[in-house]
Amino acid sequence: MPNPPSGGYFISFLDRGGRKSVAAINELGYAVALVVESFYWLLLGPFKQQPVRPSSVAERMMEVGLRAAPIVFMLSFAVGVMLAIQGIHTLRVFGAEGQVVLGIAISVTREFGPLITAILVAGRSGAALAARIGTMQVNQEVDALRVMGINPVRYLVSPVLAAMLVMVPVLTAFSIFSALLGGAIFCRLQLDLSYYGFWQQTIIYVAAGDLYQGLFKSVVFAVLIALIGAANGFLVRGGAEGVGAATTRAVVISISAIVLADMVFTYFLNRAGV
Amino acid sequence: MSESLIEVDSLVAEYGRRRILDGVEMRVGAAEIRCIMGGSGSGKSTLLRHLIGLSEPKSGTVRLLGNDLRTLSGGEKRRLMREIGVAFQGGALLSSMSVLDNVMLPLRERGGLDENTMRIMARLKLEVVNLGDFGDLLPAQLSGGMIKRAALARAIVMDPKLLFFDEPSAGLDPVVAAELDDLILKLRDSMGVSIVVVTHELQSAFKIADRISIIDHGKILLTGSVDAVRASDNERVQDLFNRRARHEELSAEEYLERLTSAH
Repeated sequence: MPNPPSGGYFISFLDRGGRKSVAAINELGYAVALVVESFYWLLLGPFKQQPVRPSSVAERMMEVGLRAAPIVFMLSFAVGVMLAIQGIHTLRVFGAEGQVVLGIAISVTREFGPLITAILVAGRSGAALAARIGTMQVNQEVDALRVMGINPVRYLVSPVLAAMLVMVPVLTAFSIFSALLGGAIFCRLQLDLSYYGFWQQTIIYVAAGDLYQGLFKSVVFAVLIALIGAANGFLVRGGAEGVGAATTRAVVISISAIVLADMVFTYFLNRAGV
Repeated sequence: MSESLIEVDSLVAEYGRRRILDGVEMRVGAAEIRCIMGGSGSGKSTLLRHLIGLSEPKSGTVRLLGNDLRTLSGGEKRRLMREIGVAFQGGALLSSMSVLDNVMLPLRERGGLDENTMRIMARLKLEVVNLGDFGDLLPAQLSGGMIKRAALARAIVMDPKLLFFDEPSAGLDPVVAAELDDLILKLRDSMGVSIVVVTHELQSAFKIADRISIIDHGKILLTGSVDAVRASDNERVQDLFNRRARHEELSAEEYLERLTSAH
């Protein structure tokens, strides 16, 4: 490693900033290469006699999807109730409490469902993926896979990516339903609005485009979570401490990327009239 | 010596600007056990990583079974990797799988065999390393010696032509280490496999090696039979064999430079 430049605090600051920028660009490049390679094995693996094992994908789907369902239900239900509380409180000023269903249905379908699900999956499965791959890296298990002629990306990342591409949208749909259920129950108690009435209004207000927007975002979030988790795992250096740091980093970067991607997609999808 | 299964020519490896291997030359013949010895930081582990294709050399070539690792395509390299087995220092067993599943993994990934056949083949290899009754356990439930033997079973499950060991005796008590040495000799005799062992255990190397290569500061100092290497009057070799600490002679200026340099 070259010696740091001598020339005061400012030069040193620039030097550090430059090094960090180069490292960040390297990592971004690595993550992009990981995306390409993961999809390559998913799509072309069977033709290369190196298929992604369906049993591995099923195992990961259980972990990413089914085991996350209870917590997704609980939090989404709570968010649905909170939206109903805030919505009724705000709309009461205008005497328009009856319109609360519009706010709940649209915001849950377009924003909160995909966002809550993605944040939960990032915290649960993204962190677990980074920790798993990081530990394997430290214990030379990744090297062992390579010398056995097993591509680590195909073996470790592609099954998770496939599982997330299926299960994050499914969980998102489940999250939307759970939040609507929470909102419906609160509206029933507070406004005496029947479940049937809530459901009818939801169907009227929510267009297919709203649902597609939510599900499309969830697919993008799935790719981000899988690849940020995997990239941080593969880049682990320095033993157990490195694994802990990579896990934390994976969660922080995933959630930041999800929120930023959500903002960008919301802006463009709304401009496009979806 | 018969034809070489491993040929290393002018191998240079660097980490950043630091040169780790500096023009290494090596030949390992059929059914030979070669021990690579050297002190900490001498470059022996880096050499092993290059031999098994885990690191790309800065320059020079590594040929395994006549194949230049740098010129192989992904598919060709995968096929070649089936001809070699590696037992890592810590075992590197996949912790989420049972011992039996670990041993079956290379067979399963190769494909073309039914589950029963793979199970029988894996159990056979576990019997070879005296772990026949431990296939259902997880790696975390095994002792250090058992983990190394399980890793060895996985390394030989594809009946490789080349076997590599990274510090097989490290962390083991003398009796278990001796058992592992016997196992290495048994494998060479029964399978005719060529074996490269990276180690710093003198007794182990003297017991199993046909030839020993001594590496120091990234260069092969000496290669020869056990007797030839033991008889060497090379000072660094004698330091290693006689466990003598090496004291660098630095001038006052060099010492001051080392203390005051940034890295």
